[in-house]
Amino acid sequence: MSTQIQASARDIDGPLLELKDVTTHFKTPRGVVRAVDGVSFTLDRGKALGIVGESGSGKTILSRSIMGLLPPRGTIRGGSIKFEGREIGNLDRKAMRSVWGKEMAMIFQDPMTSLNPVMKIGRQIAEPLQIHLGMTKQNALATAERLLQDVRIPEAKRRLEQYPHEMSGGMRQRVMIAIALACGPTALFADEPTTALDVTVQAQILDLLGEQRRDRNMSLVLVTHDLGVVAGHTDEIAVMYGGKLVEKASTKGLFANMKMPYTEALLNSIPKLEDRSHTRLSAIAGRPPDLVNPPKGCRFAPRCPYAAEKCINEEPPLIATAEDPNHLYACWYPVGSEAYHEAKVRIAASKHATDALAAAGGN
Amino acid sequence: MAGTGKAHLRDSPDVLLRIEDLVVEFPVGRTGLKVNAVSGISLDVLKGETLGLVGESGCGKSTTGRAIMQLPRPTSGSVQFEGKELTAMQGDAMREARTRMQMIFQDPISSLNPRRKVRQIVMEPLNIWKRGTDADRAKKVDGILEEVGIDPVRAGESQPHQFSGGQCQRISIARSLVLDPSLIICDEPVSALDVSVQAQVLNLLEDLKAEYGLTLIFIAHDLAVVKNISDRVAVMYLGKICEVAPSDVLYENPAHHYTSVLLNSIPVPDPEVAVTKTAIEGEPPSPVLPPPGCRFNPRCPAAQDICRSEEPQLRAVGEGHFVACHFPTVTPVELSSR
Repeated sequence: MSTQIQASARDIDGPLLELKDVTTHFKTPRGVVRAVDGVSFTLDRGKALGIVGESGSGKTILSRSIMGLLPPRGTIRGGSIKFEGREIGNLDRKAMRSVWGKEMAMIFQDPMTSLNPVMKIGRQIAEPLQIHLGMTKQNALATAERLLQDVRIPEAKRRLEQYPHEMSGGMRQRVMIAIALACGPTALFADEPTTALDVTVQAQILDLLGEQRRDRNMSLVLVTHDLGVVAGHTDEIAVMYGGKLVEKASTKGLFANMKMPYTEALLNSIPKLEDRSHTRLSAIAGRPPDLVNPPKGCRFAPRCPYAAEKCINEEPPLIATAEDPNHLYACWYPVGSEAYHEAKVRIAASKHATDALAAAGGN
Repeated sequence: MAGTGKAHLRDSPDVLLRIEDLVVEFPVGRTGLKVNAVSGISLDVLKGETLGLVGESGCGKSTTGRAIMQLPRPTSGSVQFEGKELTAMQGDAMREARTRMQMIFQDPISSLNPRRKVRQIVMEPLNIWKRGTDADRAKKVDGILEEVGIDPVRAGESQPHQFSGGQCQRISIARSLVLDPSLIICDEPVSALDVSVQAQVLNLLEDLKAEYGLTLIFIAHDLAVVKNISDRVAVMYLGKICEVAPSDVLYENPAHHYTSVLLNSIPVPDPEVAVTKTAIEGEPPSPVLPPPGCRFNPRCPAAQDICRSEEPQLRAVGEGHFVACHFPTVTPVELSSR
């Protein structure tokens, strides 16, 4: 087993991460769940990518597929995942060990359960340093203290001797980040890192991640359901729905020119501070599709207010916009198109008719 | 922020709930120390109003919600609900009073019994209180399930794990409604949900509130969510009230430095909005040994000597707008104290 990565096999100039047609399916008693179904994209060095979508959109499974953190049984994987030009999609857990920590690291949503409750913080940070970098215990503990200072934990030396339960949720998430950063990874995956935290602490943690990314020239993949979280903290955004990539663009490009009605709907469902109180929120009706039997055409069609016949029958390809070759979307009638406007007028008219009917009925 | 004081309480016949000088303390093991979870707050809620309670973890917002339900009973203070003093109530009278106020919790899945059918879960309060005949109960439960968007037939056959998080929260809402309560205390009801589902549940709460004439206390840490659903918002910090205001006023014109911090922490879904906002360092100190004076002073950008020694009282800075701060960002209109 090659426990070390051959330096010659690395591609230093190409993209850091290259995904081609990645599929991750799970065998279940109900049938095959197509959790990730043909996702392709590239991520450059030092960039921050946001992966956004609802629960069940496949965003977490996609990041775990890249990390190789999937249950070995019942998982069917396909496609190619290249990290620095080297195929890692087919590596087993043993081979992935040389990748974890030094190349890629991950932090998880729940800082309460992702730390070992019966091990001191210092040892938990020192462990990967000893295993992956072969440091002595003393060196590892000294490095751990520096890492705690890097993630802005006051009184780092004293904290090394503490257990997770002695710390707040925000502090524990900082410890998780320190562990993930310990071996100097090239890419950091953060799966809903702030969802369990208060807004004030969320802002601090997101700033910390951004700062560490810049200082270490590390790539960051931020997985979240909240477009607000990724807006200020990423260079690019990939929107997932029903196991597919449905839109990908630079963060500025995406917010300036949303193409996919799903992206627009996700943004509109966030309560805005500028709106008066009791402003009706535009919720997305229905639920994400069952990935055992996904819809035949566009997977968002059953919930899309603008869906037409074609959307239900034919799957839209992922294509680039006319203005920007890096802005990809998968929709037959994207936001701003003629058919979209027609549908909008149609919906307004039918709503008007219903309101009129209701008013007449009320009299 | 350390506001005690009752300047913000209203003298109205429509007051449904009135809390005065509520104190909740928990002992810390056998050390003789205590956690000052809620330290003398006063609040009132009018009939049909939605009161939002916001603040960081540990500010006492959930404890306040539970203390209103007398779960556990507050250390001291008074809670008047529908004109009756709850803190003195015992036994059957207390149980009866609790049917008029219900709670919805943060984690929709773990707040439902996993081994029972959803329809039974929703019907149980009616069975316990022996309301109506079997047919009446069935009709009522089915009606409410329809109302919250759950198919009654499926609810009769399925257990909570067969529903999604958003649906489980709808089921919790249905359960809280079957006894026709007048007050519902929602403790972070949408924090565990996706933004799209969050919008569905918030809209549902608004609809049900209008239809059943409910009064809501809505507890959350996300000011954008609280602003959307509330008529009036109270900002809490470390067991005290910092600011009370109509929700639009609070956003347009925050008077307390902590309110500004909370507002600035909300991620704005727009990359053009620069991230040069005043972030706040650190976390709230321990409620075991809260700082003297204004409890926010160690983190406050405007703190002066008086803030470290003297606790500010709530005072008016506008119509229905009250703040407990020595140096509010809005000039006080009148300094009348009660």
